[in-house]
Amino acid sequence: MKESVFLRGVIVTAEKNIRIYYNKAPVIIFGLLFPLFMFFAFYMGRKIDMSVFFPGFLAMALFFTASSVGPLITPWEKQAGTYERLLSYPVSVNTIILGDVLAGALFGLIITSVVMTVAVLFLEVAFTAPILLGLAIVLGTICFASFGVLLASPSVRSPSHIMMFSSLIRFPLIFISGIFIPLTELEGMGLILAYISPLTYLVDMFNAGLTGTSAFPVAVDILALMLFTCVFLLIASKFHKRNLAKGL
Amino acid sequence: MPAIKVEGLRKKFGNVVAVDNISFDVEKGEMFGFLGPNGAGKTTTIRLLTGVLIPDAGNVTIEGVDVRKDMIRAKMMMGVIPEMGDVYVDLTAKQNLVLAGKYYGLPKSALEEKSEELLSTFGLYDRRKDPVRTFSKGMKQRISIACAIIHEPQVLFLDEPTEGLDVQSRRLIIDTIIEMNEKGSTIFLTTHNIEEANRLCERVCIINKGRIVAIDRPEILRGTFDNTQSVEISFDQSVEGDLFDAEFISKVDRFGDKLRLYTNDPDRSVKHVVALANERGLRIVSMTVCGPSLEEAFVRLTGGEQ
Ligand SMILES: Nc1ncnc2c1ncn2[C@@H]1O[C@H](COP(=O)(O)OP(=O)(O)O)[C@@H](O)[C@H]1O
Ligand SMILES: [Mg+2]
Repeated sequence: MKESVFLRGVIVTAEKNIRIYYNKAPVIIFGLLFPLFMFFAFYMGRKIDMSVFFPGFLAMALFFTASSVGPLITPWEKQAGTYERLLSYPVSVNTIILGDVLAGALFGLIITSVVMTVAVLFLEVAFTAPILLGLAIVLGTICFASFGVLLASPSVRSPSHIMMFSSLIRFPLIFISGIFIPLTELEGMGLILAYISPLTYLVDMFNAGLTGTSAFPVAVDILALMLFTCVFLLIASKFHKRNLAKGL
Repeated sequence: MPAIKVEGLRKKFGNVVAVDNISFDVEKGEMFGFLGPNGAGKTTTIRLLTGVLIPDAGNVTIEGVDVRKDMIRAKMMMGVIPEMGDVYVDLTAKQNLVLAGKYYGLPKSALEEKSEELLSTFGLYDRRKDPVRTFSKGMKQRISIACAIIHEPQVLFLDEPTEGLDVQSRRLIIDTIIEMNEKGSTIFLTTHNIEEANRLCERVCIINKGRIVAIDRPEILRGTFDNTQSVEISFDQSVEGDLFDAEFISKVDRFGDKLRLYTNDPDRSVKHVVALANERGLRIVSMTVCGPSLEEAFVRLTGGEQ
């Protein structure tokens, strides 16, 4: 009975988030327009081989979309005064966190699917290993949605501050994760930075799924993404609990 | 088994002890008032009882269920109207109710039926498809209370539910509380409105600076200070309060067009007032002798007399 109440809480929370937060301006701006502009800025007008850079772009789109919903929700609810009511429903902080992750992951999944469809229709992209690709998308959206929820944990009530802060954190990641310079060409400091970025492993997994070449064994990518997810969730849970009272 | 059992509850924020080792029981079906000045710790207590905050020490059980150990199960049995607990302004009135119902696991048919029924009860059926953003404060509070009772909870917590509302919304909410109570729900109500507590509650607990200073039936609390009676008068024109200075009048309060003279000797006070009125040619519009008020007990107990 307890498990079913928990699961129901997660799903109802995700449903609420989808209804309320998907069309909020910060989500649209930082989640959709931002990666689109990045795409135009870096790829348009240059003669580049799309099949080499597409995995990186796909990873970037997934990363930005999946992590754009999470940072908004809790600060928004704290500011709007709805957080306390939410906590009085039969949920725990973890229920709320997982509901937020689920909403973020679904957002990432939807947008990534759109990008994939466009790619299939208009670009010549090879799909070497579709199952691996699917797995990468699922792991990636959950991982970066968790990352997004973690970004919401500082005890700030103002959604705009959190969105600024989270962009500040998210933006540099795309430069150190082998999106613009392939992983195999990185060395020294660049390589070390790439190792600590969770996005690296998604880019690499997309490479494996789309082109059949990857810098690490796929098992390492999978393990790394799962590990990052767990770490993000654990820290998010700890901080959301600690900062709960500051938002009431 | 009491509906709410609280033992040694304590909560600190930094250096502030918001709730300081309080214990009490609320019986099943009781209407229990939690009274205190601003900052006394009422909201913090409600948050601790409803599992929103975790206490530093102490235990709370709701209908025998330990809130800390079995939080979800305890929460299923309660309805909560938080002090600032706003509903979602982006959702419509009905969507808010349906969301609450889903959290409490109502089946789909009951969800539809209950939410429409509540919307009618609260006079918002015609507005059910409008986003709550467009509602007045009183309408929002009606949605808030509807969200808290959609699952017919055994214990209902309300944190200053009528504060700052229009008369109509206030009446609706009070009537709902009374109706829930008559149907068997236990009511835990915080307020700093003494009259409201006096009229509604079977027992009140007065809290000050995080500590319980008294807990009893309103009439008994009132009687605790039987040396404070008062005479309430109003004249056909305004008069200065210090006109009535006398050794047997301890204090004069003015409210509206009335004066209240606190005294331990109503007989002499009345004669004194009548004589003065004659002397000055004042017409007495009304005069009432009041027994000790709960307000007086409250002010004394919470040391609010600066
Ligand atoms: N989240 C919080 N963080 C810090 N201090 C708090 C918090 N909530 C309440 N307090 C403090 O605890 C005390 C009791 O507050 P509260 O329970 O809101 O009182 P009431 O509801 O009776 O007005 C106050 O001194 C208040 O400043
Ligand atoms: Mg309060």
